[in-house]
Amino acid sequence: MKVNSLKTDFLLHAFFLLVFSFGVHAGDNSTAQQPLLDALHNLQQGAIKEREQAIEQLSEIQSERSLPILRALLDGKLFTLKSDNQLVIGEDNHHGYDISDAVSGLELDSIARSDATKINLTNNLRVSLRKTIGQLELNAQDPAIRLAAVKAMGGDDDENALALLHKRATVEKDDNVKQAIDIVFLLKDMNSSDKALRIQAIDKLKERNSIDVVNRLNVIVEKDENGNYLETDSDVRNLAKVALVKINSRLQFYSTIETVFFGLSLGAVLVLAAIGLAITFGVMGVINMAHGELMMLGAYTTYVMQQLMPNHLGVSLFLSIPAAFVISGLAGIIIERGIIRFLYGRPLETLLATFGVSLVLQQSVRSIFSPLNRSVATPEWMSGSWQINDFLSLTWNRFYILVFCLLVFFVLLQILKYTRLGLEVRAVAQNRNMAKAMGIPTDRVDAMTFGLGSGIAGVAGVALSQITNVGPNLGQAYIVDSFMVVVFGGVGNLLGTLVAGFSLGIANKFLEPFAGAVLAKILVLIFIILFIQKRPRGLFPQKGRAADS
Amino acid sequence: MELMKLGQDKTCITVLGILAAVTFVIPLCNWIFPADSALHFSAYTVSVLGKYLTFALLGLSLDLVWGYCGILALGHGAFFALGGYAMGMYLMRQIGTRGVYSNASLPDFMVFLNWKELPWYWFGFDHFGFAMLMVVLVPGALAFVFGYLAFRSRVTGVYLSIITQALTYALMLAFFRNEMGFGGNNGLTDFKDILGFNIQSEAVRSMLLMLSGIALIIAFMVCRWLVNTKLGRVVTAIRDQESRVRFLGYRVEMFKLWIFVFAAMIAGVAGALYVPQVGIINPSEFSPLNSLEIVVWVAIGGRNTLYGAIIGAVLVNYSKTVLTGLMPELWLFMLGAAFVVVTVFLPDGLVGLLRRRLQEQHA
Repeated sequence: MKVNSLKTDFLLHAFFLLVFSFGVHAGDNSTAQQPLLDALHNLQQGAIKEREQAIEQLSEIQSERSLPILRALLDGKLFTLKSDNQLVIGEDNHHGYDISDAVSGLELDSIARSDATKINLTNNLRVSLRKTIGQLELNAQDPAIRLAAVKAMGGDDDENALALLHKRATVEKDDNVKQAIDIVFLLKDMNSSDKALRIQAIDKLKERNSIDVVNRLNVIVEKDENGNYLETDSDVRNLAKVALVKINSRLQFYSTIETVFFGLSLGAVLVLAAIGLAITFGVMGVINMAHGELMMLGAYTTYVMQQLMPNHLGVSLFLSIPAAFVISGLAGIIIERGIIRFLYGRPLETLLATFGVSLVLQQSVRSIFSPLNRSVATPEWMSGSWQINDFLSLTWNRFYILVFCLLVFFVLLQILKYTRLGLEVRAVAQNRNMAKAMGIPTDRVDAMTFGLGSGIAGVAGVALSQITNVGPNLGQAYIVDSFMVVVFGGVGNLLGTLVAGFSLGIANKFLEPFAGAVLAKILVLIFIILFIQKRPRGLFPQKGRAADS
Repeated sequence: MELMKLGQDKTCITVLGILAAVTFVIPLCNWIFPADSALHFSAYTVSVLGKYLTFALLGLSLDLVWGYCGILALGHGAFFALGGYAMGMYLMRQIGTRGVYSNASLPDFMVFLNWKELPWYWFGFDHFGFAMLMVVLVPGALAFVFGYLAFRSRVTGVYLSIITQALTYALMLAFFRNEMGFGGNNGLTDFKDILGFNIQSEAVRSMLLMLSGIALIIAFMVCRWLVNTKLGRVVTAIRDQESRVRFLGYRVEMFKLWIFVFAAMIAGVAGALYVPQVGIINPSEFSPLNSLEIVVWVAIGGRNTLYGAIIGAVLVNYSKTVLTGLMPELWLFMLGAAFVVVTVFLPDGLVGLLRRRLQEQHA
């Protein structure tokens, strides 16, 4: 009995200690919060002087809520609720505000405009607020915020801002931000009266890739209205000219890389679209005018998948790929068994029949879904871009599509090389009769080939859904381009399609700055028409005796 | 000699008879009977019939190229549209100061785009004769250049079809641009009169119907004569066995080119007759879908028989008018199904089907 009560005593003591310490800690939290709450109280109710002090206090407190609150104040989004004096941050939603608690950040119910009063600022308050925010941003955790702050501060000629930047430079660890701070100071040096300093600044700046630098150097070599140079010293001017040449050549270089990248991504889309067509044409000699609609089916599959799984964009995208392959593949097999089989040996009729199928498919999609475009969302890891430097930024979705295209191409190559189906497909493509004589069931191979080509069209549709509008006319936009790639590349092997697709994409993108998108397209079409004169069977034609039939 | 052969072909006579009836009787009725009489055809009917006749002319030209020469031209609508634009340009110049901006020398859309003077390629289009010459020359010239390049490098079959489609697609993109000076995506429209007569009046409409009918009849007879000459026979042989004809010593490229250019010119004339009757020409006439529709007219009617193209064109367009009025969504379904059914089950078209039926009855 005694032992038990000792234990119970002990437990009770421990329990109380725990509760107590919680209470103390809770008290600690509230005491830690107290300066914040005091400052906010002053902000709401104090006079101008007190508000200024409150702003400074907010910046001194190391609270993670300081920055959002101050930003909201600057943007005119900080409100006091009339009902209970609660401080909230509000976003305008046309009939009132969507609010969230300023201190905790929790979202609250929407309110009407009359339920809250905005906390107003004077111009002086605004100025000091901006400074404070700049300071806070300069010391923020996220380097992207710091970089933006540096760039914003570099624009002013404010002594305080520069002092802050100096201070930050000594502790800054992120390379990009350090470089940005350097550029700010070097640009300041270029305004100094000391010539040597100016020369030194230009010397250092010519290694940097920044639009601000280019602009500043351009100012130096400019003339004003009277024809006099703005920069009076000719040494400095010459140095600036040299620096400009260097930087511009680098700009050109990066710009070319960017054009090549965009050309490759456009080419990747073309390759994905055309490769199914090339396979069916190479094996069966039929041009499938419904190819575009099969791509559209793939895009709509993505849309449907997203509707089924609205909260898992990434997963739905990954699942759409096999789903689209299966759906478009099945559609292709049905088309082949139902229609094309009867038109064996009459390629022109097949062209017409498949065109009829494309019309039917388009119209059915229009009736089932709607004639309007459907929106397909891009998952987060695919949006945005990779900012390599001021001159070069690559969008992620195009990058992933490029990778995806190469992956699909690689998989297709493996299928054709190492599987039984691939072997049979190649055999039938080279010499149908001989393949038949060797016992290969050409009818089945035809159906499977068509299914494979259509499946790839479906997968291409999934990729297309990420970069373009999904609507019943999706197929029409890409069918002519797919044909061009097939005609240009020839149907001898997959590599021809790859080369043709990428080169057409790059050619299109290089012509665009000179001629505009539409004219570039027209020029590419004319080029292909002329190219066909020289090589009627494309870049990589089929070889062999049976190829001529 | 040839005319006698015409006399022996019953179908041909029937078709010619019907055409003559439509061409002459309807305008006559409109002229004689007053507006509210039962035998008076409304302006709408007259225009629609006229439109059908120009489409029939277009189908005829395609049949010449496809049915007889074996070139599946998926861009034939381009020649139709070019002829139409030539006529449209003439009609635009006729508007003069009656346009919205009342500018005597510049069409409305040019004033709207702030252009100061007429571009060089518009000069001469205020003369009817010159415009008519252009109606025939421009499509012909394009067909000549394109055909020369294509046939000389022996591009055939599916490849040729695809690049004809690319051609019309490129033209469509080009004409949609406002900077080209052809009206951009609005095209040329708001025509006031033709050769001094008000284009909207009943008399002019009937006249245009008659002209379309006459053009069709003449073209039909000329084509019929053509395919029975040696040229026609060589061309048919080219369709069947091109290499063999080449080895027999004929210059295949020249024959193909000739037929291609001739058909393009006929299509241009069809376009020129079409535009005054519908009152507008815009770049969507260049669209690949339009050219493919022409192919379906000829396929349904029956290729390789000139009247098949005429029947097919009228029938399909009539169905289109009816169906798009009743149930618009159904039209594309029907068109697509028609493509499939005709190519798989009726390679000779409706004319072929009727013929077989008649033969079975007689046998």
